[in-house]
Amino acid sequence: MKQKTAILGVLGVDAHVVGNKIMEYALRKEGFKVANIGTFVTQEDFIKAAVETNADAILVGSLCGHGELDCRGFRENCIEAGKGNIHLVVGGNLVIGKQDWAEVKQRFKEMGFNRVYPPGISPKVVMEDLKKDLGIKS
Amino acid sequence: MSKRTNYGLFIDFGSTFTKLILIDLDGECVIGKAQSPSTVDTDITLGLNAVLEEINKAQGGELIYRYKLACSSAAGGLKMVTIGLVPELTAEAAKRAALGAGAKVVGVYSYKLTKKELHELEIMEPDIVLLAGGTDGGDTETILHNAISITHCNLHVPIIVAGNKVASDEIRAILDTGHKEYVITDNVMPEMGVLQVDKVRSIIREVFINRIIETKGLKKAEQFIDGILMPTPTAVLTAAKLLSQGTAKEEGLGELVVVDIGGATTDIHSIARGDSTEPGVVQKGLPEPFVKRTVEGDLGLRYNASSILHAVGKERFEQQLGNPNFDLDEAINQLSLFTDRLPESESERLLDTELSRNAVRLAMERHAGAIQTTYGPEGQVFVQYGKDLRGIKIVIGTGGPLIFSPVSKKILQEMVYSETNPFSLKPKVPDFYLDERYLLYAVGLMSEVEPDKALRVAKKYLKRL
Repeated sequence: MKQKTAILGVLGVDAHVVGNKIMEYALRKEGFKVANIGTFVTQEDFIKAAVETNADAILVGSLCGHGELDCRGFRENCIEAGKGNIHLVVGGNLVIGKQDWAEVKQRFKEMGFNRVYPPGISPKVVMEDLKKDLGIKS
Repeated sequence: MSKRTNYGLFIDFGSTFTKLILIDLDGECVIGKAQSPSTVDTDITLGLNAVLEEINKAQGGELIYRYKLACSSAAGGLKMVTIGLVPELTAEAAKRAALGAGAKVVGVYSYKLTKKELHELEIMEPDIVLLAGGTDGGDTETILHNAISITHCNLHVPIIVAGNKVASDEIRAILDTGHKEYVITDNVMPEMGVLQVDKVRSIIREVFINRIIETKGLKKAEQFIDGILMPTPTAVLTAAKLLSQGTAKEEGLGELVVVDIGGATTDIHSIARGDSTEPGVVQKGLPEPFVKRTVEGDLGLRYNASSILHAVGKERFEQQLGNPNFDLDEAINQLSLFTDRLPESESERLLDTELSRNAVRLAMERHAGAIQTTYGPEGQVFVQYGKDLRGIKIVIGTGGPLIFSPVSKKILQEMVYSETNPFSLKPKVPDFYLDERYLLYAVGLMSEVEPDKALRVAKKYLKRL
C-alpha cells in the first residue's frame, strides 16, 4: 500500500513546538511520510504543502487558545485549493477558559474537521484513529 | 614581450560587444583588454577575429595561449521558462534554480498549463524549459498534465525535468512519444522545505554547452577557442563564489554581495547563508540557496529607465535630481531609444547617477530578506522571510554604469541598511569594492582552470572605494 502523507504544523502566531515534535516522531514511527512545516504556520501554508505533496491528511496543532478564530474557514479553503476531501485533524489547547468539551468539539466538527482532540490526548489514540480513518490496517 | 606560453585569454560574447581580457598567468596580471561590436547576428567569428587582431597588435605579434575560454550572453542570453505546481513552492524553487544557472527567466508558470499559457510559451521561444512540480511521492497529476501539454506544443527546445521522481517514468514515456529532447534529473524540491538546486544548475550548464551554443550560432567560435563554458551571469556568479569561499590554498573574503547594473537588468548575487543575526526571530518561507542570484528585469539603466522612474515616482525622482531644468520624461525616453549612449553632459551624468542609485536600492531591497512583525498572545513576534544580510562586510560593484561613474561609492551606499526601512535586512556597514577593470567574468572563467591564480588576480584588481 502506498505510504500515506501527513502535513503537520502549529497554526497561527504560536511557537509551541514540543507537542509538534512528539507528533512528528509518532507519525514517522507509524510509517507515515511527514511534512512538518513547524510553527507559525498559516492555513495557506498548510494547504499549499498539501497540494504539493498530495497529502492524505493535515494535522493542525493549536496551543495558544486562538484555535477557534484561526481555524475558521479551513475546510472551505481546502475545497478552493482542490483538496476538499483531505482528512483534517485538530488538537491542542483549542479554546481559552473552562468550556464544555462536547460543545467545543462540535464547533470544530462543524468547521469541517474530521477529528478534534482535547488537551492532553495521547499520541497513540491519534495514531490509531488516523490509521483507521485513512484505511490503514495495523 | 616574450612569447611564453602562459597566457590566458578570456572572452565574453555579449549582446552589444565581444570583450576580451588577456592575463599573464605567471605574473598574475592583466596585460591587455579589447572590445569590438558583437557580430553574433551575422558571423560570431568576425567580431572575435577583430578583438584578437586588436590584442595581437597591442602585444606586437601573435601570442600562444594556454587557455582560450569564453562565456556568452549573446543572442538574448540563456532564456528559460520554469514551470512548477504551487507558486511559492516548486514554481519558486525551479525559478531559483534557473536564475542560479545564469538564465534569463522569461516566464514562470504554476499549476496546470492552460492553452493560453502554452501559446505564450510558443511565442516566448525559450532556449530551455524547466519542468518541476510535486515533492517526491507527492502530486503527479499536474506535472504529467504539463508534460503532455508541452508535447502538443509547437516548441522544439530541450526540456529539463526536475519534479516528483514518482512521475519520471511516465514523463519519459510521454516525452519519448512526443519526440522531445529532454533530461530527467533530481527534484528541485524533493521534500517540503528542502531546496535542491545544484544538480539542476549543472544540467542546465551541460545543456547550454552541448545544445544552446550551437542553436544560437556560437559554435563556430569554437574553431578559435577552447570552448564557451557558461552563460556570462554564471561566470560572474562563479567569480563571486570563488572570492567569497576561496580555494584550498588561498583564503577567500568571506560572505559577500555583488551588484551588477546593466542596460536591461540589475543583478544581485549574494554568497551568504543569511541566517538571522538576532535571537528570537522565526525564519519562514522556502530555504535560501547559499549562492543566490536575483535579476530585476525592470531595473535596467537604458532599456528600462522608464520603469525605474515609474517605480520611484516622478515627483520623488525630480526631487532627487534637485528639480532639474530639463524635461525628465523626454530625457528618459532618449535613454531607452539610444541604449548604447554614454552620458556626456552634466545633466546626463546626474540622471544616470540617480537612476543607478534607485536601481541598486530597489534591487537590494528585493534581494535581501525582510522582517515582519506580528502579534500573538505572548506579545510581539518577528518573522523573517529571505536572507538576513545585515552582517555582510563586503559589497562589490560591477557593470558599466558603476565602473564608469565618478561617484560609484555614492551609488553603492544606497544598498546599505537604513533606519527609515529597518525591516529590510540589507548590509549594515559593508566595505565597498569596484570591479573597475570589468574583470569578474574573466575571473569566473579562469577559476575553471586555475582557481588559485584566478582568486589572486581578482583580489589584486578589486578597488576598495
